[in-house]
Amino acid sequence: MTDSVANKKRLSASSKRCIGVRGLTKYFGDFAANSAVDLSVDEGEIHALLGENGAGKSTLVKMMYGILKPDSGDMDLSSEPYSPDSPSHAKRAGVGMVFQHFAVFDALTVLENIALGLEGKFPGAELAAEISELCERYRLHVELDRRVHDLGAGERQRVEIIRALMQDPRLLILDEPTSVLTPQETEQLFATLGRLSDEGRSIIYISHKLDEVRALCDRATLMRAGRIIDVVDPRQESTRSLGEKMIGERLKETKRGKIKKSSNGKARLTVRVGEVYPESSRSVALRDLYLSVAPGSILGISGVSGNGQDRLFDVLSGEITLPNPDSIMLDDLPIGHMGVEQRRALGMLGAPENRLGHAAVPDLTLWENIILTARHTRGILTNKHLISGPAARRFADEVIQTFDVRTSSVNAKASSLSGGNLQKFLIGRELLGRPKVFIVSNPTWGVDAKAQLFIHKMLIQMADAGASIVLISQDIDELLSISDRICAVCHGRLSRTYPTVETTPDYLGALMLGQEVDS
Amino acid sequence: MIFVEARSETHWYHEWVAVFVALSLTVVTASILLAAMGLEPVSSLQRILIRPLNSVYGVSELIAKATPLITIGVALALGFRAGVWNIGAEGQLVMGGLCGGAVALAFWGVDGFWVMPLVLLGGSLGGLLWGAIPAFLKVRFNANEILVSLMLTYVAILLLSVMVHGPLRDPDGFNFPESRLLHEAATLPKLFSAGRGHLGFIFAIFFALLGTWMVKRWHLGFEMRVTGLSLSAAKFAGYSRDRTVWTALLIGGGVSGFAGVVEVTGNIGQLVPNISPSYGFTAIIVAFLARLHPMAVIPAGLLVALSYLAGEAAQLSLGIPAASTQVFQGLLLFFLLGTSLLVNYRVRFGRVT
Repeated sequence: MTDSVANKKRLSASSKRCIGVRGLTKYFGDFAANSAVDLSVDEGEIHALLGENGAGKSTLVKMMYGILKPDSGDMDLSSEPYSPDSPSHAKRAGVGMVFQHFAVFDALTVLENIALGLEGKFPGAELAAEISELCERYRLHVELDRRVHDLGAGERQRVEIIRALMQDPRLLILDEPTSVLTPQETEQLFATLGRLSDEGRSIIYISHKLDEVRALCDRATLMRAGRIIDVVDPRQESTRSLGEKMIGERLKETKRGKIKKSSNGKARLTVRVGEVYPESSRSVALRDLYLSVAPGSILGISGVSGNGQDRLFDVLSGEITLPNPDSIMLDDLPIGHMGVEQRRALGMLGAPENRLGHAAVPDLTLWENIILTARHTRGILTNKHLISGPAARRFADEVIQTFDVRTSSVNAKASSLSGGNLQKFLIGRELLGRPKVFIVSNPTWGVDAKAQLFIHKMLIQMADAGASIVLISQDIDELLSISDRICAVCHGRLSRTYPTVETTPDYLGALMLGQEVDS
Repeated sequence: MIFVEARSETHWYHEWVAVFVALSLTVVTASILLAAMGLEPVSSLQRILIRPLNSVYGVSELIAKATPLITIGVALALGFRAGVWNIGAEGQLVMGGLCGGAVALAFWGVDGFWVMPLVLLGGSLGGLLWGAIPAFLKVRFNANEILVSLMLTYVAILLLSVMVHGPLRDPDGFNFPESRLLHEAATLPKLFSAGRGHLGFIFAIFFALLGTWMVKRWHLGFEMRVTGLSLSAAKFAGYSRDRTVWTALLIGGGVSGFAGVVEVTGNIGQLVPNISPSYGFTAIIVAFLARLHPMAVIPAGLLVALSYLAGEAAQLSLGIPAASTQVFQGLLLFFLLGTSLLVNYRVRFGRVT
């Protein structure tokens, strides 16, 4: 990311150790989440923990922060034995943590939220002065009397970081801190972390964004299946070699090949909507939805979460219908007024962001979940009213075989599958229906690198077969690597669309913040 | 160490194992209680649980009590699966009895094979109408169906009372609040030489079969289930919540109404101010005992009916208070709900490995 941070000289190799971990082991039932993990972080070091989902990174740091108790192994902090019983014990010992999902109260002000995290402090002028001083020092800007529900993701994270820093920690642990940030906000975060490390504070940085780790971190510990695989200097490694070590097999390029132009170059799906009013005061109004997707092409829609993506998906899938039929055209057919089932019959399929509870019913088996969207194909519904169990089971089995879904059988409940496997199943369910248009939202959210690769391949395969794909995503790397054209949604307003080859992460970041750039 | 772990797959027999364990625990606990009261447990249990069923009369009585419980239990199981909480089956039953009874009285003294079907149809429509009110209010104004259906129960009971005190009162009945006795053509035949078991039981079994088929094969049944489990998944699938609300409450109302008219024409034989000892409410327990499986409603209904007979027998032959029925019912429910944990979780003994 920023060269200034990346090239900053760190403390010399002779520096003292901040935290050391030896032989840490943690079981959940039969499952070894961590086995004999060793880790050592020096003072002032920014140390990355890299690994796929489920590799054991979170378990490890939760033990350091006193949320989980290790089954065996020991830790030391600044050369003293350290075994925290609780997060408050860890805080007193000088360990702070910023979680992936923010633990802040929406209805309270920034000041009150910070006071709540500190024992024995009251949200008065004295504390406010202390916080302001700290913010000054680290150049963290936040207005103390604003309520948290008015803040964006980046600002909320700053609240958490300030709260952690108020404890004057020796070690700060950050769990996937950039997953909700724009590139600009990420840069600001990196600058702050650089300042903290200059003061001699240590940082453990969990991520699976390899570029960031290379830009920011002094050392990286790679984890796989609960074990330490390697400790490397990320600057000596390429993004590719890091990725290979992390997932244990060679990454294949997922860049799109040449885009096949349809015979007449005409758009398959055209959306022209001036405004979609919100149902309630809490949801976002959608404005200026003008987009078109050609057959065989992938349109990426970027945006920071909570900017109207959910409603955009619903408008496209038909869960929200529009009064004017002409506002959405499928080839030459007006479909704006049609509901989900009618659109699906015309070949418009989709996979929403929320896999359990929207795309699938958690308590139903896989074959029953097939019926939700594929019931009008392959004789699953005989004579319109009767369900053929065998036909649905065959379909589910075909999805499982074709897309390498790891599960015990078609009778497994949807909730028993891991995120990646369930997503493969859900996209496979639609893919076998040969979609003309496919709308998908955050398909690789919380999915490990290997499944991510597989899902990207599925989408490309679908586009190569002639489908028009609308990919709504918060993952910029994903958008840049597989979409043909890109736009962004900010506060419910859709930006202009640009060819991906002409876009950079910075440029996209500006679009995500609602700044239209003249090309 | 004992571990309780979620099962990744559940099999049909897990539910039956759980029920069997619950029944065994109930019998064991009941024996302990009886022994504590100074009674000899085995012979006492034999007296209150087995002897009532030792005669045609006993079985017939059991069936008479189980008929409305099973009929309504099936309909409620379907609705509860859909997340539609129809608590007013009692009112729908009363309306069914009232409307069906009114049809029977209108054709009083008229013979013909068509009278009975017409009476049953009238009763079903009465219940259907009573179920349609909460459905309409829910769909149109998002009114809570639990409150509306429950409140309508008291309206129905008062309406029945008004009718039997007024227009439907027997003109030769010395001003008693009762209708005429229904005539032969409007009465359901008895199944046995003794007791009150009647043809309605066959209908109840038929409803259980129909309900089972509906859950397994009928797409609308699946749609209702998905809506009950996850509204937004149902929306994504293109299923309509309104259709589910209407279907669940119309089935619940219609079938409860049918149970009501069957009770009046098969069991009571006339309209009286009180035609049901809360069968509509007890059927809620029956539906949950059966874990909302329509087929399992049959044994659940018989079991609850038996607990009534056992209570009567305990009072008569053992001289223990009638409240003991409730103790036994409570034990049964407690153990059944407790062991339901075993359906979705398994217990493992052992050590951390």
